[in-house]
This record gives sequence, C-alpha cells and structure tokens, in this order.
Amino acid sequence: MKFVLQRILFYVVTAWAAITINFLIPRLMPGDPVQALIARFQGQLDTSAIASLKALFGLDKERSLWQQYTDYWGQLFQGDLGLSFTFFPTPVSEVISQSLPWTLVLVGLTTLISFLLGTGIGVYSGWRRGSWMDSLLPVTTFISSIPYFWLGLIAIALFAVKWPIFPAAGGYDSSLVPAFDVPFISSALYHGFLPGITIILSAIAGWILGMRNMMVTVSSEDYVMVAQAKGLSERRVMFSYAARNAILPNISGFALSLGFIVGGTLLVEMVFSYPGIGYQLFQAVGAKDYPLMQGVFLIITLSVLAANLLADMVYLFLDPRTRKEA
Amino acid sequence: MTTGRPVLTIRGLNVDYGTGPGAVHALRDIDLTLHRGEVLGLAGESGSGKSTLAYAVTRLLSPPGVITGGDVHYHPPQGDAAPVDLLTLTPQELRAFRWQELSIVFQGAMNSLNPVHTVHSQLTDVLKAHRPEMRQAERTGRAEELLNLVGISRDRLGAFPHQLSGGMRQRVMIAMALALEPEIVIMDEPTTALDVVMQRQILRKLVALREELGFSVVFITHDISLLIEFSDRIAIMYGGRIVEEAGAAEIYRDPRHPYSDGLLHSFPALHGPRRELTGIPGSPPHLTAMPTGCAFHPRCGKAFDPCAGHVPVLTAPDDAPERTVACWLHHSAPGDAADPAPVSVSGAGPEADPGAGARESAGDTSAARSG
Amino acid sequence: MSIPATEVAVLDAAPAPTPSKRARLRFLRGGKTLTGLSILGFFTLLAVIGPWIAPYDPDMMSDKLLQPPSGDHWFGTTQTGQDVLSQILVGTRGVLLVGFVAGFFATVLSVLVGVTSGFLGGVLDEILSALSNIFLVIPALPLIIIIASFVSDAGDLLIAVVIAFTSWAWGARVLRAQTLSLRRRDYVEAARATGEPTWRIIGFEIMPNLTAVIASGFVGTVIFAVLLEITLAFIGVADISNWNWGTVLFWAQSNQALAQGAWWWFVPAGLCIALLGTSLALINFGIDEFVNPRLRTETGSSRKIRMRVGFTPVARTDRTNGSGGTTAPVALTKGPGAGVKSGANGSGPAKAAPPERSPGRSPEQAPDGTPDRTPDKEPRS
Repeated sequence: MKFVLQRILFYVVTAWAAITINFLIPRLMPGDPVQALIARFQGQLDTSAIASLKALFGLDKERSLWQQYTDYWGQLFQGDLGLSFTFFPTPVSEVISQSLPWTLVLVGLTTLISFLLGTGIGVYSGWRRGSWMDSLLPVTTFISSIPYFWLGLIAIALFAVKWPIFPAAGGYDSSLVPAFDVPFISSALYHGFLPGITIILSAIAGWILGMRNMMVTVSSEDYVMVAQAKGLSERRVMFSYAARNAILPNISGFALSLGFIVGGTLLVEMVFSYPGIGYQLFQAVGAKDYPLMQGVFLIITLSVLAANLLADMVYLFLDPRTRKEA
Repeated sequence: MTTGRPVLTIRGLNVDYGTGPGAVHALRDIDLTLHRGEVLGLAGESGSGKSTLAYAVTRLLSPPGVITGGDVHYHPPQGDAAPVDLLTLTPQELRAFRWQELSIVFQGAMNSLNPVHTVHSQLTDVLKAHRPEMRQAERTGRAEELLNLVGISRDRLGAFPHQLSGGMRQRVMIAMALALEPEIVIMDEPTTALDVVMQRQILRKLVALREELGFSVVFITHDISLLIEFSDRIAIMYGGRIVEEAGAAEIYRDPRHPYSDGLLHSFPALHGPRRELTGIPGSPPHLTAMPTGCAFHPRCGKAFDPCAGHVPVLTAPDDAPERTVACWLHHSAPGDAADPAPVSVSGAGPEADPGAGARESAGDTSAARSG
Repeated sequence: MSIPATEVAVLDAAPAPTPSKRARLRFLRGGKTLTGLSILGFFTLLAVIGPWIAPYDPDMMSDKLLQPPSGDHWFGTTQTGQDVLSQILVGTRGVLLVGFVAGFFATVLSVLVGVTSGFLGGVLDEILSALSNIFLVIPALPLIIIIASFVSDAGDLLIAVVIAFTSWAWGARVLRAQTLSLRRRDYVEAARATGEPTWRIIGFEIMPNLTAVIASGFVGTVIFAVLLEITLAFIGVADISNWNWGTVLFWAQSNQALAQGAWWWFVPAGLCIALLGTSLALINFGIDEFVNPRLRTETGSSRKIRMRVGFTPVARTDRTNGSGGTTAPVALTKGPGAGVKSGANGSGPAKAAPPERSPGRSPEQAPDGTPDRTPDKEPRS
C-alpha cells in the first residue's frame, strides 16, 4: 500500500508541476500574443470569455502573480480552459472532449500492441541469441531511427496515393454519423489502420531492442542457470524465469517513455489528419491558438500520468519485492 | 571412509572458453572419480577451475564455454545398468537427467532463487517437471517435507526469496537439491556467503542428510579447512588441472604437492594441532597467460629443473598407491630439461617405479634452497 | 529510439575502477561502433562543407518545377524549382548543430543533477530525483511546441536550449543510479575515510568511471534532439527560413508533395534522418556493450559450434565428430572400454594417467602413460 500511495503522491506532484509550468509559460514569454488575438476578435468575444482568457494568460497586470495563480486554478477547477480561436467560439474543453476519445483509442491500442508484440519478439531474440534473429537487429535499429511522421508520409505515399487501398486522411467516412454501430466502427477501423500500423512499426523496434538486452542480461543470472540445472522445460525457463524477470525493467521503461511515445503519435495524427488531439494541436499551432495548445498539453500530460499509474499497478502486481511491507 | 562403486567418472576432460585461436584453456585433462556415498572435496584458489569443472560435468557452462575433449560418465545405481555418457545426451535427455540424478547447490544463494516466485513454486516446479504423475497436494506435501528436512518451518513456503535471510535461502537451495533424491549433489561454495557459525550448521545438516539419504557429494570450496573436516577425499586444483588427490586425512597430514602444502598453511584449522600460517607467495596465474610446464612453478619454493619445461602428470607416487599427485618432486624427471627425449622408463607399465631419482634430486634442490 | 530500460544492465556491470587506455579504446574496434562513427563522420563533413558543395542556392527558384531526380538535380526539384539536394546539404549543418548543442547542454545538466543527487543523497537526492522523474513523465514534445510557439522567431540556438531543458532527465536518472553504486565501492569509501574533499572524490574517483555512461547519455540526447528539432521544423514551429531536413519536409508537406507523387521531395530528408539516427544508435550500442559485456554478440564463436545458455556445446577435437555434440552420434557406444577404464581408475594402484597433450610434446614423455588410452587421444592441434 505504501508503494501505491507513494506513486499517487508523485503523480499529484507531477500534475501540479505541469499545471504550474503551463501557468508560467505565457507569463514568462515576451510580448502578449494572446492580447493580440483578443484584439483581432474584438467584438466577437463576450465579457466572460475575455475574463477567462485574462485569468488563463495573465493579461490583467493589476493583479499580483499569486492572485493570478489562484485565479488560474479557479478556472481549471471549473473546467474552463478558455475559448478556442481555431474553432471560434467553441470552448477548448469541448474541442478536447470531442477529439480525446480518438486519440485514446488509436494511441492506447497501438502503443499496447507494439509493447506486447515488441516484448514478445525481444524475449525470443534475446533467448535465442546468435540465431538468425540477430541479423534483424540492424534493420530494427534503422526503423527505430525513422521519425514517426516520416514513416506516416511514406505509408500515405504508398498505400493511399500510389496504391489507394487505404484513405489518406480522417478518422471515419465523412458521410457517416458517429455512433456505436457496425458501419461507423468498421469505417473507423479502416481509417485507423494505416496510422495504427505506422505507430506500431515505429514504436516496436525500441521494445524489441530493450527486451532483447534485458533477456540477455537476465539469462546469465544465477537463477536462470539453476532453472536449467533443475531440468525444467525450456518454456518454463524462458518465460517463468528469464522473461518474467526481464520484463520488470521494461515495464518501468514503458511508463517512463510513454510521454515520448505519445509525442510521436501526435505527429502521426497530424500527418493523417486524424481527428484526435494531436491533429488539434497541429491546427492550433498553425492558427496560433494558444488556449487550445495549452489545453491540449494539460490533457496529454494528465493522460500520460494516468497511464503511468496504470503501468505502476501492473509492476506492483508482477514484482513481489515492491509489495513487501504492506 | 566410504569406498563404494564409482558413480561419476571424469576422464581427460578439457574445457575451453571461446573457440578458435583466441580460446583459453580452462580445464585440462581432468581425471576424477566420485564414489557412491562419499564426499569429494574440490579445493583451489579462485580461477583454478573448480566451478568450471562442476558446471562442465552437467554441461551448464555459460557461453563461451566449450567442452573440447574427454568423457563424463554417470553410473546408475543398478549394478548392471550401462554408464551414461553425459557429453552426448540430447537436450531432452539432459533435462531428464538433471536434478533427477545430479543436482547442484550453487554459489551465492542470494541470486540462485528466482526473485519473483515463491519458495513453494520453486520447490514444486522441479517436481512438476520430473514427476508429472504427482498431484498438486502431493507436491505441496513434498515441499513441506523438504523444508522440514533442512529445518525451515513450513509456513515459509509462501514466502518470496527477499523475505528470507541468507542462511534460509541457502537451506532452501539445499532442500531443492534433495527434492528428487539424486545420486549426486554438487555443492559449489555453498556456504561462502554465510557466517562461520551458519556455515558449519548447514554443513553438519548436510552430512547428516547424506548419511540418511546416501547420496554422493562433490564439495567445492576455496576453504580447505572445511574440506578436511567434512570430506572423505580431496582433489586440489591449480591452473585448470588437478594437482593432487588423496584422502582428507592424508592431505592434512602429508600433503605431497607444494601447492597443497601452501593451501593448508593459508587457513587456520578449527580442529587439530596449531599450524603456522604462511600462505603462498604470488597470485594464481591468469588463464590467458598460463606458465609453461607445471603451472605452479613460478610460485613454488621447491621448483627445480624440469618444472618450467614439462607438465607433471597426475599419478600415484611409488610409496602411496592410494593417492595421486602431479609434481616432479614425486616422479622421475623427464631427462634433461633441454632435451625432451623420452626417459628410459617410458612405456613401462604402472608397476614401474619412476619416482626414485626424481625424489632424490628434489630433496637436493629444496635443501639447497632452504639452506 | 531505444529509450527503455538499460538501467539495470548499467547498474550491475560497471566498468572496472581503472580501465586501461587500451580497454577504453576497445569499443572503437567493434563493427557497430565503427560503422556508426563513419556515418556520423560523413554527416559532420557535410555539415561543414555542405553550403560550399551545394550545387545551387537552396532558396533559388527556377522554372524546372517538380522535376524528378536527374543529372542536373540529383534529388529532383520542388514545386518552385528549388534544388532538393542543395536544401539537404545546406540543412545538414543546422541539424547537427542543434543536435550537438542540445546534447551538450542536456548532458551537463544531467551530470550536475544526477551525480549530485547520487553522491550526496539525503533530502537533496529525494528532491532532485523527483524533479528528474517529473521531467521524464511530462511529454516533452507538446511542451516544446508551446514554448516555441510563444516565441515569435525561434532560432536554432533557442530551440537547442529548449530541447536541452526538456531532455536531461533520462541521463540524470541513469547517472544517479550509477553514482549510487559507485559510491559504495571500496576505493570511494577509502577516499572518503581518508578525508579527501568531496569535489576531489567526484572529480577523480567517480567521474572517470562514469565516462561511458555519460557518453551514452550524450549520444542518446543527440538522437532525441535531432528528432525533436526536425519535428518542430516539420510542424512549422521553428523558424522555417533556416534550412534543415525538417524544413524540407515542412515545405513538401505543405505543398502536397505526397498527393502530387513527388516522392523525391520527402524521401531523401527522411533517409538522412534515419541514417543519422542509426549511426548514433550504433555508437550507443558500442558503448553499451563496452559497459555491459554480456550484451556483446558472440566473439570468437565459430559457425560450427552454437553457444546456447544451459547446454554447453561439446566439440571434441580428438574425435571424428567435431560438431555440435548435442545430437552427436558418438553416444553411449563406448563399449567395454569405458567400463574397463573406470574400473581400473576407480581403485588404486593401476591408476591411469592421461598422456601429455600439449602441442609439441610426445606422449611417451609421460612416465607411465597407460597404453590403452593413447590410441583415441591425440595432441590437440
């Protein structure tokens, strides 16, 4: 229990830090880009919208930094992230809540698949070291060095432009209305296939290499030798002794590199014009839509923290040593 | 002293690390016989090849270890059963053989247990693998019995390795080694990580268990005083070779090889008369830079002409046919060191007495040096 | 990117306290490292001389619009008739500059935070490691996008500093773990006991042993920085008037190069990125294998003998069957010989001695070599 509480405390502190960074960035930067935006939309903004933007971006120079900070938190607790200028006058929270499910499903699913698949391949190639699989390593390294978005570009060029098998953009057929029915879900799967494969392909190499190295390291541990000496079946030695221990650091690595992976997948969304928050972020950057950008950053950070907590729970379940003093 | 039939015979065993021109010879021409019911001690400094020998016998040596020659035969207890050549078993046969006939208590119990599984799971998985007909409850019962055997209460069955003390983990390992009542138990520095009191406690337990269950033990340690106390016969290794083999009492009373003598004077004996502790000058040779001739000669106070050029062979000295030693002090020198021509006694049977001349000259040399 | 989990490996296999000069340079000999260094060297050369050898001005428009690769334009032209090869050549400098500057600053930060918290311990350690964990968990890319887009003209240097600021945490974490394990080593304890000042211990006892870890952290950060920088340019957050590979991709994307089938516009830049990334990753593998020898792909193992954990190969050089051994047909058919021998050896006076087997020495030198063993043994070649 102590472990869980510690981790939760850590994530609360991290969330606080992220929000505070978010609060400070516009205040530390030179110039007032948001002021300029408000000026541009003069007349279309009502007073309450202006007030919330002022609170979020610290435009009210009369108030002290501390007052601004408390105002900011007040806004967040009301779920008010300001108005989006790209989708004027939709509130940022609404834009995000529409796009978040797309990202959660696409990124969540593909990240999980690539982790499981990559770990599995890593287990085998680490265990059968010196086999033909070793010759795949340079290829894997090469693929893992390709930026996600470029692989997406190539995927589009090949499978959407040259051989138009898959759609090049969008999350579903625009003639359909989002609903939980067969035509919509199959259309969503069809649209999600190419971006999904792109993410899996770029992310998997890292897991293969990481797991392979851990397998090689763990294979020379004493307890693996004991397991061999005991005459256990190869499967038992490989999975229950070697892989079972090798996966532990990989899971903490998974948690820690989630933030990085999510960054990469956001780009895939941009390239595929996938209706998730990555694409929204891309549009927000183009339109200098600061409220939307900041809102997206907050949501992404909070999601990553939640996923981290989940990974910690899995770790807790797998490693008895973290469970010791309850 | 127990002198049953042989249970494990090792003949001319050679082990290299690596292959090709960069290979390092870790074991050379090892001849060793383990008899039923005896405790055979294997002593030597670190790097002498003791552990390599233990792992090579069961083909557990990690890469880049390669067995490059020799035979290892296991003789089943049924009198007329054919000996099993361990070096030619297929992986399946080897798996079936391991732990069933020969188990190992590994060096460093701290890492020998899988940290993510309970003691129960690690004691029963070996039963599951070798006794598929046993039922779950029987396996658990056997695991409790085994813990009881080594003096651990059965409620520790659900414990994870990190919840046990070092001594307990070591005893769990011993319990595990006895799970299938094997014929041979190899113990590789089983107690080095423990304090002295715990060491003796565990070894006594083990000796008692041996009386009860009748298995043979290969006991590997660098602590020769432990061996003298607990083993029947002792083989002393140096630089990848066995340099002397004799009964424990003989080794203690009358070590023939200067290295054995040096080892004996490096440890205080717990029992028996006091000895002066002198140690051995220099440090053990590295496998990549083994001296020519007798590997010990650069550190040996009694080295003389043939030692640097010729490798002494492990044979019985003439006056003591029950023991063997590989030292030119006890064999005839191979003629003039500069001229590697065969000596006159070559080709003679084992009954020949090639040692007399050598011993005489050895006596001269050592006298000259000490004087 | 192979960020995950080399931590444990690093921890338990630290380099020896005083690696000799030769040992330190040994990792250079590995094929991987050498390949990596050569590719990196090639790109570094391009970064230096790129602007001079570029055949055209990368900004210069011409009337050869969207031409596929040809003798005049090796990598083809853009929609406005600019030469893609020249853009890539000129852009190399920016990529490497940002990568190395960011790598340098991030490494300095990670050494400061990691070594301090690992060595000093206590409350400071708790705070610093919490800080690095926070920076690890917060997604860097969106954060950098926000920071960069608040600044109107984000130049290369600023981008590099921002990247450094967000990417030091992994290195700090690894260094902290490594420092912690070094701190408990005997020679460090000894130095402390003799009252050496802390800065001397860190500088002379700890740092030399962290070299490999720091180097690997640096290379890792450079990979990370290069990818981030190109990404930022691709999104259009960084200053797009500076040429780098990401800018090339930005223009390709915003001019619908994909839809027009102009593969030559975006393929070369991507391949360059992947190649540079691979070279850096290879260098890092070299360093990893140097630090953790277990990772080394087999050295000296011949094709005939397959090393396998738990099943030592048997390759008896004194037998006709010299291969693998696991399925060697020489099995139990030793016949009566085996029994005779073991019987003879087991008991007393007729103990057989194996003949001497060192090369260049003949068996008869053994004083009492038993004849029955000589036939099947030959000196090892």
